[in-house]
Amino acid sequence: MSLIRMSSPHVYKANSTANVMRLVLLATLPGIIALTVFFGWGTLIQIAWAGLLAVTLEAAILKLRKRPIGFYLRDGSALVTALLLAVAIPPFAPWWVTGVGVIVAIAIAKHLYGGLGQNPFNPAMVAYALLLISFPVEMTRWSAPFVLNGDGWQIASFTDTLAAIFGSVETVWYDSFTGATPLDELRHRGGLTNEEAWRQSRVLSEGIGAWHAVSAAWLMGGVFLLYRKIITWHAPISMLLALAICSAMFYGYDPDNYAGPFFHLSTGATMLAAFFIITDPVSSATSNRGRIIFGAGIGVLIFIIRTWGNYPDGVAFAVLLMNLAAPFIDLYSQPRSYGHQKANKGQGGKA
Amino acid sequence: MGKVFAFHGGIHPPENKKQSTRTPIRPVPLPKRLYLPLQQHIGMASSPVVDVGQQVLKGQLIAEPVSRISAGLHAPTSGTVVSIGPHPVPHASGLDSDCICIESDGRDQWIEHQGLGDYTRLEPAELIDHIRQCGIAGMGGAGFPTDVKLHLGDDHIVNTLIINAAECEPYITADDMLMRERADEILGGIRIISHLLKPSHVIIGVEDNKPQAIHALEAALKGCELNIDIRVVPTKYPSGGERQLIKLLTGLEVPSGGIPADIGIVCQNPGTVRAVYRAVTFGEPLISRIVTVTGDAVAQPQNLEALIGTPFGDLLDAAHVYENKLYRLVMGGPMMGVTVEHDQIPVIKTSNCIIAASIDEMPPAPPEQPCIRCGMCEQVCPAELLPQQLYWFAKGREFDKAKQHNLFDCIECGACAYVCPSSIPLVQYYRFAKSEIRTEEAEQRKSDHARARFEARQARLEREKAEKEERRKARAEEAARSQKVRKSAESSGVATEPTQDISALKTAAAVARTKLKKAQKALDAARDSGDGDIPALEAAVQAAHTSAEQAQQALEKAEGVKPTAANIDTKQLKTAAAVARTKLKKAQKALDAARDSGEGDLSALEAALKAAQASADQAQQAFEQAESGAAAGTTGPDLKQLKTAAAVARTKLKKARDALKNAEDKGLEGLDKLRATVTTLEQKAEEADKAYKDAEASAGATEAPVNQPVPVDLKALKQQVSIMRTKIKKAETALAGLEGEARSQAEQALEELRQRHAEADKAFKSAEQAQLDAAAAQGVDLKQLKIDAAMARAAVTKLERSLAKSEANDERASLEAELAAARDKAENLNTTLKQHEPA
Repeated sequence: MSLIRMSSPHVYKANSTANVMRLVLLATLPGIIALTVFFGWGTLIQIAWAGLLAVTLEAAILKLRKRPIGFYLRDGSALVTALLLAVAIPPFAPWWVTGVGVIVAIAIAKHLYGGLGQNPFNPAMVAYALLLISFPVEMTRWSAPFVLNGDGWQIASFTDTLAAIFGSVETVWYDSFTGATPLDELRHRGGLTNEEAWRQSRVLSEGIGAWHAVSAAWLMGGVFLLYRKIITWHAPISMLLALAICSAMFYGYDPDNYAGPFFHLSTGATMLAAFFIITDPVSSATSNRGRIIFGAGIGVLIFIIRTWGNYPDGVAFAVLLMNLAAPFIDLYSQPRSYGHQKANKGQGGKA
Repeated sequence: MGKVFAFHGGIHPPENKKQSTRTPIRPVPLPKRLYLPLQQHIGMASSPVVDVGQQVLKGQLIAEPVSRISAGLHAPTSGTVVSIGPHPVPHASGLDSDCICIESDGRDQWIEHQGLGDYTRLEPAELIDHIRQCGIAGMGGAGFPTDVKLHLGDDHIVNTLIINAAECEPYITADDMLMRERADEILGGIRIISHLLKPSHVIIGVEDNKPQAIHALEAALKGCELNIDIRVVPTKYPSGGERQLIKLLTGLEVPSGGIPADIGIVCQNPGTVRAVYRAVTFGEPLISRIVTVTGDAVAQPQNLEALIGTPFGDLLDAAHVYENKLYRLVMGGPMMGVTVEHDQIPVIKTSNCIIAASIDEMPPAPPEQPCIRCGMCEQVCPAELLPQQLYWFAKGREFDKAKQHNLFDCIECGACAYVCPSSIPLVQYYRFAKSEIRTEEAEQRKSDHARARFEARQARLEREKAEKEERRKARAEEAARSQKVRKSAESSGVATEPTQDISALKTAAAVARTKLKKAQKALDAARDSGDGDIPALEAAVQAAHTSAEQAQQALEKAEGVKPTAANIDTKQLKTAAAVARTKLKKAQKALDAARDSGEGDLSALEAALKAAQASADQAQQAFEQAESGAAAGTTGPDLKQLKTAAAVARTKLKKARDALKNAEDKGLEGLDKLRATVTTLEQKAEEADKAYKDAEASAGATEAPVNQPVPVDLKALKQQVSIMRTKIKKAETALAGLEGEARSQAEQALEELRQRHAEADKAFKSAEQAQLDAAAAQGVDLKQLKIDAAMARAAVTKLERSLAKSEANDERASLEAELAAARDKAENLNTTLKQHEPA
């Protein structure tokens, strides 16, 4: 009798990277629905287009790298990256903007560094930052929420949106469906105080509810991921707390010129970032303690960029900056192991 | 019920415990053959005390412990020892190890045995020794000999005894069933251990998935006088890990690298406790244990009481295994168990479970995917490590970093690998890293040891060398002293020694000659200057002459006595020839000068020249004769010397040619003479070359090459140096009279000369030094030293005198410099001499 020889453990939890990615995709559903309801079909079209391109590109690069295509494609990571990029860019962004973004995310930010698990930067955020710098006009022309378009559920029709994205419609047409985001409005208010800006801007006074709703939807997805233990609370909570504390401090000091904590938490990409972007395990700090530092750093950077920087929303830059810091954070955030008086710090041994 | 704390991490794998608890424990039918591994635990293997073919009874000692951490073995049944040798054993390595094989005779006949009765009246040491004699070892984990743990009370304060009944691994129910059925025996064991360790508190830690066991224990504990707590802990793997259970029950942590006794805690397994009870109460050694046999590939999963040494096959048969379904046979639990390759592996003291798994139950692990650093492993790690980081470090062979991340606190529980979504066999990576680090450290220790040994050896060799040197010196001193005694005897006129010291005589002769020369010089000087006491000086010269002659005679006499006197001193002859030649040259020069100037006694000079020529010819002849005689008689011609001569001749020729050319260019006078010189030189060079070649050829043809190092001719070197110096001086004087282009040329030549002089000087000095060194190394040649010192002294005196006489400032300066150098040398030699001369 000769039986198999294996090293322990002999049982495994029914768990896989693909499963993790599926759950992440599932958790984005509320956010996608909210975006579609308030800003039209653009988001869905972008997701479909980006997803298709990402999977094709991933397969092509895997073939180039002589890796088993099916095995790696099944982990679903390319799809998650594409989806996160697609929900971040404006719904009416032209097809080539999305295309460039996906190519940068998959080919450069992911595979040039060695593929899944090896990328130091969040691929979706690398792509987003590149697009924002390269195509500022396309990237800041966000859709107006339907409430500003008249009575009832007034959104651009599916075919019109499709045509707009794939370039057969004059830009004049969709100007009526696009507008600035609340963050934009507040940023370019001139010398107005908060209150005056609020009174003057329709986006702020009437349309803000749409962004609140979308943020709430992302939060729902995040809670689901926390519940399923796909992510831990450390990074999201510390990021939201840091952002809230920073904005509360400045709002309390000068409520006329600084936006309040609720505004910061419920607009822009705050909630999306907190639960879907900064929880990307590959490019974030790895220990619980490290994730708290990582999240807090992002929260503070988002506030700084939004308040004093050149861009209305600073999530992508904040994430990339903290991605840079993650390996260093890892060295100094080891947990205290069982039976030890205190945690080890530094890398130990020769670098 | 006290407070239950929590430990970090942990997982909830499917329990799979129900299937094996349906039926009570039952014994396995007596197997035909039993295999008892000599080593069943950490520590030393036991040593067999039976021989092949010997009849043994059940419970008889068959192997005894050999050190403190070692446990004995007993025959589990009566029968015959059929072999002692390698057999597959339950170990992760899958290797064979020495086992005692007993063929059962079917009677299962006990050896005479009895309990200790009232153990409380015994000395603790006696009680512990009894437990040791019964071969009790930990039945839960590593099989640590129990008696060692019971001694812990001696040097540790044990305030808590923990009975580890958590049994957190899935499938295993051996402790559960034991508690259900033998709770009273466990309690009896606790009493004995408490008697030995005297803890203030006993805690039984049980997971909440064993309600019946808890119930049975509570029933048994009713009315118990001991302070025993049953603590029910939540079901979570690995709560049964010793360190984790301690944290759960007490909130304390065992320090890294320490043992529980360091914080006043001792842990025991229920099976071990029961074995202690049976050993003390009935005198039964540890020869059987409860084993859970379970898994999808057996029809009747159940707990069996199996004799130690029963092959797994017998247990599987008892549980009705489906051979065709059996895919993986695991010894232990599914989380930390070890697979075994076949069923002839025996049950040992730590075998608590055998899982006969089908392929559906324990499929092979899916292929490894890239780590996405999701951190799920970190969330479940009970040691609070960063498994994801350890994985990277192990994979990248960054073992320093892995150690810094507390790799060695990993208990290999497998929780990280269990949850890993990328199916990475993390535990394997950690085992790999640990073994690599251990190997590295072992190698480091080895090399440290080797270095220490090497250094010790070097030190010993040095010491021996120093001692040898010491002895040699002592001998040399002894010899010198005896020599001195002899000498003093000689000087006192009692020359009884048959052989005379030739070299001493030689020195004396040389000294006498020098003195004579000096006296002569002084006389000449006095005559030249016309003042001074000339008659006195003449008398002194006369006296010196006489003494020199005497010394020479004495020397000749002595040499005549000696058999070695037959050897003609070629060197001396050569020098004589050279001197004669120099004289001849001088005479020639004087004659030339006289002819040029047209004044002076030409005829007298010519006569002197002729005489000089004659003496030079004679000297040369004598020398040549001596040399050829020596060459023919004793040694071959001095090749090196000849070679040097040839080279010198060639150089001279070249120089002469250069000079000739120069002269021709400038149309100077005396061309004819120069041409003649060149021709003669050419001839000479050819001759020298020929001589050298002949000598070489003959040496090559007739003699084996002489390997002796040719001693450096110090005298020749010295001569060369002085010649150079003279040349420089001459050139300097000549330079003073020259002007224009000729001057610059001359200057160049002068510079070249100086350089050569410096080189020659250096060569001479180094040669001298080398000789001195050689002398020092060989034991100092005292005589030589003495001569040198005397000569140096003479040189100093000479210089002093000429300094006193000279008046020209330049000359004085150079003389002063020379004098200083000479003094230095004399002093050096004197000190060396003193050092080596016996006091």
